[in-house]
Amino acid sequence: MTKTIHITVAENILRANDEIAAENKLLLKNSNVLALNIMASPGAGKTSFILKTIALLSNIYHIGVIEGDTSAATLDADKVTSLGLPAVQINTGGNCHLDANMVQNGLMKLPLADLDIVLVENVGNLVCPAAFKLGTYKNVLIASIPEGDDKPYKYPAMYSAVDVLVINKIDLLPYIPFNMDYYIDGVRMLNPDLISFPVSCTTDAGLPAWMDWLENTLHEYRYN
Amino acid sequence: MHELAVTESILSIALDYAERSHAAQVTDIHLVIGRLSSIVDDSVSFYWEIISRDTICSSAALHFTRLPAQLICLDCHTEYEVDQDLIPCPKCNSVKVKVLSGNEFRVESIEITSEEND
Ligand SMILES: Nc1nc2c(ncn2[C@@H]2O[C@H](COP(=O)(O)OP(=O)(O)OP(=O)(O)O)[C@@H](O)[C@H]2O)c(=O)[nH]1
Ligand SMILES: [Mg+2]
Ligand SMILES: [Zn+2]
Repeated sequence: MTKTIHITVAENILRANDEIAAENKLLLKNSNVLALNIMASPGAGKTSFILKTIALLSNIYHIGVIEGDTSAATLDADKVTSLGLPAVQINTGGNCHLDANMVQNGLMKLPLADLDIVLVENVGNLVCPAAFKLGTYKNVLIASIPEGDDKPYKYPAMYSAVDVLVINKIDLLPYIPFNMDYYIDGVRMLNPDLISFPVSCTTDAGLPAWMDWLENTLHEYRYN
Repeated sequence: MHELAVTESILSIALDYAERSHAAQVTDIHLVIGRLSSIVDDSVSFYWEIISRDTICSSAALHFTRLPAQLICLDCHTEYEVDQDLIPCPKCNSVKVKVLSGNEFRVESIEITSEEND
């Protein structure tokens, strides 16, 4: 006889990804490596910001980079390797985001034992990367002035999923209509305690505050 | 969009639970999706047709339950729901609000048929 049964599941749809993210977190912790997941829309300045961070801190810390890209073009990764730092390029094969499994493959190719910090450049996209945990210690969103001040209202999932907000290209504020109060109101609604750093990768404005935060965060990660 | 990856995950969770219960067929799958989780139902249904073929889920119907986002005002403690756009506190107009829920993204339950000889 056939009978119908109701089964309670109550599982996160991205369970498999979350499990691999947890493995990554453990691997990073055991290697004493602080990892940041850097997300942004295309062209917001992820690579510029990573290169600036490297320029300002690589004399003190050993930094590795994982570059996620939708194509096989290794342009961003090449910029890092040309500085003599370890970088891994992950081609997502057209996919709109990095997932935990891709990042695990990337971590395996980096000399983790020699590193202090791994910066992960996610695929340029404000929608999909927010849903996929990677196992990094912090999620960083890089917004940029030319994108406009309405982005928190349009991409609530991303703005509520991040721990740190970098507002890049502030050198362009005089030339572009951008209502900072309206923007910050939207950010606060989604993420009241979000720490933010207005910066310019062109003029270096605001970068010292970011460096301080990164050093403090590394300390907190290692000794707490 | 990442609907294909999401649809594959739904299938693998459903198969996992169905096999553990020795299901003959899966007839229904209930999903709960919060307003702050972005997913296009139609794309999931489209991929579902393709990837569930030749599995015990091939005739399962997907049911989407959408939950509104629940917010609380940190100034006057009013709780309110939003369905579409984010809005400030409807009582005191404050933008210091906190998201209580709306990020749900889960397989809630499944219905299966099973052959029993009792
Ligand atoms: N004016 C100005 N331009 C900037 C700033 N930061 C980056 N740019 C420029 O913005 C453009 C995009 O920068 P990238 O660093 O390549 O941005 P990205 O987010 O890595 O881009 P994709 O990887 O292609 O998504 C480049 O032309 C940079 O020179 C800034 O602070 N001010
Ligand atoms: Mg880049
Ligand atoms: Zn209020």
